[in-house]
Amino acid sequence: MKVIYILWLRQLKRYFRSKARIIGSLGQPLLFFVALGFGFGPIYTKAGGGDYIQFLAPGIITMSILFTATFSGIEVLWDRRFGFLKETLVAPVSRLKIMLGRTLGGATVAVIQGLIVLLLSIIVGFRPTSISMMPLALLYMVLIAVTFTALGTAIASFIEDMQGFQIIINFLIMPLFFLSGALFPLESLPKAVVIISMINPLAYGVDGLRGTLINMAHFGLVTDFCVLGSIAAFVMLAGAYLFSKIEV
Amino acid sequence: MNNQDIIRVTDLTKVFNGFTAVDHVSFSVSTGEIFAFLGPNGAGKSTTINMLTTLLRPTSGNIILNGYDPVTSPHMVRQSFGIVFQDPSLDEDLTAGENMDYHGVLYGIPRDIRTRRTEELLKIVELWDRRKDQVKKFSGGMKRRLEIARGLLHHPRILFLDEPTLGLDPQTRSLIWNYIKGLNQSEQTTIFLTTHYMEEAERVARRIAIIDHGRLIVQGTLDELKNQTGTNSLEGAFIALTGRDIRDEEPNNLEQMRTRRKMFGRHRR
Repeated sequence: MKVIYILWLRQLKRYFRSKARIIGSLGQPLLFFVALGFGFGPIYTKAGGGDYIQFLAPGIITMSILFTATFSGIEVLWDRRFGFLKETLVAPVSRLKIMLGRTLGGATVAVIQGLIVLLLSIIVGFRPTSISMMPLALLYMVLIAVTFTALGTAIASFIEDMQGFQIIINFLIMPLFFLSGALFPLESLPKAVVIISMINPLAYGVDGLRGTLINMAHFGLVTDFCVLGSIAAFVMLAGAYLFSKIEV
Repeated sequence: MNNQDIIRVTDLTKVFNGFTAVDHVSFSVSTGEIFAFLGPNGAGKSTTINMLTTLLRPTSGNIILNGYDPVTSPHMVRQSFGIVFQDPSLDEDLTAGENMDYHGVLYGIPRDIRTRRTEELLKIVELWDRRKDQVKKFSGGMKRRLEIARGLLHHPRILFLDEPTLGLDPQTRSLIWNYIKGLNQSEQTTIFLTTHYMEEAERVARRIAIIDHGRLIVQGTLDELKNQTGTNSLEGAFIALTGRDIRDEEPNNLEQMRTRRKMFGRHRR
């Protein structure tokens, strides 16, 4: 337990010491709120969808968790480049614990980031419908964070250079995000796109968050929890396996 | 070879995509001795150490370290050794003290011992006053010193030192060597050392092995090496055995892999 704790603590210390990272990562959500929220808002309302900021905020919160979590995975690559990975890998500690500590640390950072964006969204006009659902919303944030931190770590386990990681991010994370229903409702989309979003784990994260924050779920909260929970468990296991195969 | 051997390596070979970095190397290190593993740049020293320390899988051959095989029981092997790497391996965003603490927790050292040894070691390497500074503010020499202090924090059965004193001033080197020799005597710690400072190896090592182009050329005591080559110093023996050519700087394994990937295309190990 102590080992997992110190690995977790390390991720948090690194996060809070890098002020630029905290402030910089708020830029993107803010841009999305301004550009999409205020830009498409009137059209969305005219089309009868209601307040677009209400609809968009859970999507933007998900986005910031998705990006922070996945990029926590990239830290394995930094550790490799700066040699610190070796220090961890020769220690008499099981790979599973290392993977767990890192993932929990990265996921905690991502959830903190998500909460900051939630505050930001409230500042720009978002109003959660029910405060009592907040703990459940937090649960979905944790599930999204864990899934994608583990995914990032898993990918970084078999990719050795930063460029390769960037390519994966662009071809995996961007499609996951755009086809998750974060920016627009899934109901009225073409059938093919709906099917794709149904196999997209992030769609269940967005849905769970929207269900808890504004009481508007497409798949249903129970489905969201079951699907996302099993995917999180699966990605953790796959990540632990891939991480255990790392050679320096 | 006998039961006193804490490290026993038989026909160890590592091939990186057609390039043989370590070629049928066999040697043994007895418990409690200081063993110097020498060779020019790129000879296969670090690759050998990486295989001994579970970071790389051998292509073929056998290693027994403290009674365990790094391939089949990596966890038991990891409990047996400590290592000071040749390349930097600190977390630069953490402070010196935090780096020590992290290491101590990973190796399961109880807090009181951890605190006491951290103070003792950081004072030896003259970083005690800087323990609350982030490592990224340190100079190269300070990082090196911290790295050594960290490697000595848990007292392992075997200590690998991969060019530990590179770039350090004579005072610090002498202090560090006194500590290591003390550890060697009081706790019977086996020291496995690589270095380019021949006088250092000559002064501390009981037995010496020389590797070149991935092959082990010779192993024995200093006197045996001198007699065999008809020279009167380790440096003389070393040059007599490995020739006078200057070698390229040794790339680390990752760089080796990258270079080879560029040359031979991507291929998973």
